[in-house]
Amino acid sequence: MQTGWSNETAREIFPAMWDGFIVVLQVTVVAGLIAVLLGLLVAVVQRVGHPAAGRTVNAVMQFVRNTPLLVQVLLVWTATSLYINPDWSAFAVGSAVLGVHYASYTAESYRAGIEAIPVGQWEAATALSLPTHRVWGAVILPQMMRRSTAAVANWIIAMFKEVPTLFIIGVLEMISQAQKYQGQHYTGAVEGYTIAGLLFLAASYPVAVAMRRLENRLAKSHY
Amino acid sequence: MDLQAVVDSLPRYGEPLLTTIVVTVASAAFALVVAFALGLMTSSKHLAIRTPARAFVEFIRGSSAVVQLFWFAFAMPVLLGIQFDYLIAAGIIALGLNYGAYSSEVVRGAIAAVPKGQLEAATALNLTPLQKMRLVVLPQAWPEMIPSLCAFAIMLLKASALVSIIGVMDITALAGLIGSQAGQDRLVHYSVVLVMYFILAWLIWTGMRALERKAKRGLGVDVKPVKGRLAPEVAAGGVR
Repeated sequence: MQTGWSNETAREIFPAMWDGFIVVLQVTVVAGLIAVLLGLLVAVVQRVGHPAAGRTVNAVMQFVRNTPLLVQVLLVWTATSLYINPDWSAFAVGSAVLGVHYASYTAESYRAGIEAIPVGQWEAATALSLPTHRVWGAVILPQMMRRSTAAVANWIIAMFKEVPTLFIIGVLEMISQAQKYQGQHYTGAVEGYTIAGLLFLAASYPVAVAMRRLENRLAKSHY
Repeated sequence: MDLQAVVDSLPRYGEPLLTTIVVTVASAAFALVVAFALGLMTSSKHLAIRTPARAFVEFIRGSSAVVQLFWFAFAMPVLLGIQFDYLIAAGIIALGLNYGAYSSEVVRGAIAAVPKGQLEAATALNLTPLQKMRLVVLPQAWPEMIPSLCAFAIMLLKASALVSIIGVMDITALAGLIGSQAGQDRLVHYSVVLVMYFILAWLIWTGMRALERKAKRGLGVDVKPVKGRLAPEVAAGGVR
């Protein structure tokens, strides 16, 4: 039975935790891209798509948003590994589920950004007879981006901190690494989980501070 | 797949469902206490009170709830030489502290948003700082907090599923357990559990909206239903 903190164990477990941390970053990039792009697509479909399509997408996203990521990951992983294709990696499946989960949040932030655009902008675009792709590309999206960027970035930071959930399907992030080490050495719980927490802190605190500055600047520059 | 087997196993969800509800309600109650304590402390004008609270909030929010859960369940007992008789306690502490730290920003923001004239009037009436807080500031700040606290309550409900991975038998853990038995289908059980969570989230949302209406009516403000309402998490400004 382990007692207290051991510097030696901490030194020994650190390389494994670092590997896990790199995996967390990789998942964040892949899932973050999905969340950013899919969220945008969902927000646009809700605005321009057929009302029935908009309602369906909205209902699905609401369900995704209001149910636990952990169960979603388990459900999709069971489906892919047992029924669809056992060759799909936990990394790919986990990143996809995480990305879709957070797309359900980013979509709402994009929607808020679109709805905040004064109706006169739409009317002016119509008066100029701009084609739809120009209305979106030249008028709506640039204005929406300024309003939504900070909120979307905050969701990505929140997502980054939820990556360890994927340990449940065997993605080798920090929790998995700590457990692997414990399985081999019968020690390392204190050191592993503490290092994991500190690595998260070291990575997310500077980003959070930068985000707050960006938010303040955007708020000043345009409302 | 045998549908009858799934239906027959539904009564077994009773006790785990209670566990999920207990974890959510207990950690929400704990989080509320933490949120008010930290929110009042970070609103303080004394640096000696504000700084430690600020540091604690940043520390908790900066790392991951999942990691904190494992830390409280498996690292803290070793460091302190204690043992949890029930790991559910570790889960409630970890989730309550994490969401309490997030919600403390909501409390702080709502307190800061109370119009300054109200405070000046309270001072003019010679109210003590405690009376000022209890009779003037909080009654006006509280209704403003409800939508954001609702968003965090739903996130807390979702996070409560995490206690299954430290060995607490909640509905998520039970779905995995029953689903792997002969004649059962894990996919169906996970789907059943997702629907249960969705219903619980809907209950929280409905309850909170009734609470908000009541609190605002107490201030003489009417809450009008808004068409195309945003998700509470986003309407509340997201997680910060």
